[in-house]
Amino acid sequence: MAETAQRIARLEPPRRPERMIELDAMHAVGDAARPLSPAERLLQITGVRRLIVVVVLCLLWQLYAMWLNNNLLFPTLGETIEALYDAVVNGPLVQRTLTSLQILLMGYALGLAIAGIFTTLAITTRVGTDFLSTLTAMFNPLPAIALLPLALLWFGLGAKSLVFVIIHSVLWAVALNTHSGFTSVSPTLRMAGQNCGLRGISYVAFLLVPAAFPSILTGLKIGWAFAWRTLIAAELVFGVSSRSGGLGWFIFENRNQLEIPSVFAGLLTVIMIGLVVESVIFRSIENVTIRRWGMQS
Amino acid sequence: MAADIGIQATNAPLLAVDNVTLQYKTEQHLVTATWRVGFEVYEGERFVVLGPSGCGKSTLLKAVAGFMAPVEGQIRLAGKPIDRPGSDRMMVFQEFDQLLPWKTVLGNVLFPLLVNRRMPKAEATEHARSLLAKVNLSRFENIYPHMLSGGMKQRVAIARALAMEPKVLLMDEPFAALDALTRRKMQEELRALWDDVGFTVLFVTHSIEEALLVGSRILVLSPHPGRVKAELNADHLNFSDIGTPSFEKLHRRIHDLLFADRIETALVTETH
Repeated sequence: MAETAQRIARLEPPRRPERMIELDAMHAVGDAARPLSPAERLLQITGVRRLIVVVVLCLLWQLYAMWLNNNLLFPTLGETIEALYDAVVNGPLVQRTLTSLQILLMGYALGLAIAGIFTTLAITTRVGTDFLSTLTAMFNPLPAIALLPLALLWFGLGAKSLVFVIIHSVLWAVALNTHSGFTSVSPTLRMAGQNCGLRGISYVAFLLVPAAFPSILTGLKIGWAFAWRTLIAAELVFGVSSRSGGLGWFIFENRNQLEIPSVFAGLLTVIMIGLVVESVIFRSIENVTIRRWGMQS
Repeated sequence: MAADIGIQATNAPLLAVDNVTLQYKTEQHLVTATWRVGFEVYEGERFVVLGPSGCGKSTLLKAVAGFMAPVEGQIRLAGKPIDRPGSDRMMVFQEFDQLLPWKTVLGNVLFPLLVNRRMPKAEATEHARSLLAKVNLSRFENIYPHMLSGGMKQRVAIARALAMEPKVLLMDEPFAALDALTRRKMQEELRALWDDVGFTVLFVTHSIEEALLVGSRILVLSPHPGRVKAELNADHLNFSDIGTPSFEKLHRRIHDLLFADRIETALVTETH
């Protein structure tokens, strides 16, 4: 009963004649694409858009600081840049930055080397896997800076202690990411690699490492960020020695002397170095590797 | 005539699968994939292993490739037992991610040649280029795999495998993930390539039609676990035979073989 009612209510589509079109006889197709205007093209560039954000932030900073008018609490952008210029040309800023970077690179490189050894062990033996996962589970959540007091006790007041905490901050992040990258390489790709004749260390170097490169790069980036933060924080506690302290020491020193524009200049340097490494160095590595390979859009 | 090449082949089989039983472990079960499967492949044959899903045909191919060892029986290639993966048995997989994403099309074809130090680099490049020309990909040699369509990726994989001039080419449902039109085109191209280069291929599929079109000899397996059901000749069939009585007859015969199997296994379990 309900069925017939439904059938009556439903509209029948009209039966229409078939149609055939000769494609040759068709008119030329209109423009399927149009070139972008210069303004549109400019806004396509990520760098340009980022620059606009930075300019807006600088303007807000300058306006707020001028309105506040208290350079002991919040100096203007102009004063900060002046202090930065002064610290670079006459002051110790360049020296301090170089000291920081030197220690950082040393710790970073050592951390990477140890992470490489750990992950190679972890993928070749099952004991290695258990060893690595247990260690990362234990130490990854432990902030590196919490080890500083102990490091000072073991290695004394100096570069060794800083390198130790940096290694700690880099190692676990990089090892964890590299190892999870290795384990998530698809079985097909693994078999294809073995089929092509890869074995042992060449299998790791020519198949696993490039295949896991997106994860490895993420690990390198996280490791870098951890190391940089840990270093600045550790240097706030002490300079390596008062003569050759790092950036953190520069900030701490100037705060003690109430040279607030110089404190801001030091912070600005920390930010700028972070930005350059992140958006110039790591980005260009990404562009020539995983972006080109289509492993990341 | 292309089929003549198969007849000219030597008397000793190239690949001998001798009473092979294969088992693999899952989380909870020990699965028997194939049970005492035996067959022989001669040089120049297009040998197709056909069966429904669960007949262990892919596992069988993995064993021939050397990725797993039989629990019973032996697989011999040119008289030598297979014990590990090797580039004398190049494999084309179903999945598109078998290509190395960090290498260009040319780099992918070159890769096994360079890994195995088969020839100097300049010579290898030339060889790889000639293979890419055979699969109509010359224009794309500097492109990375992610920019290729599925069919093109499979063609690169075929070129890479053939570049090594393997004793036997292993193909694990290589066209199953392609759309129907591309799949037909790839089947035709594979036949043309075989006419041109003349390799030996062991081809796994679950499509009866594909088996008839690609294969010169068809091994029909029954499922759970895989056992040999029949071994048939299909070298008289080609693409122009689709729809003809002889094509349909063989199609129907294989269909019945695969279908009757269910009833038979039901009877066997009943009588036991």
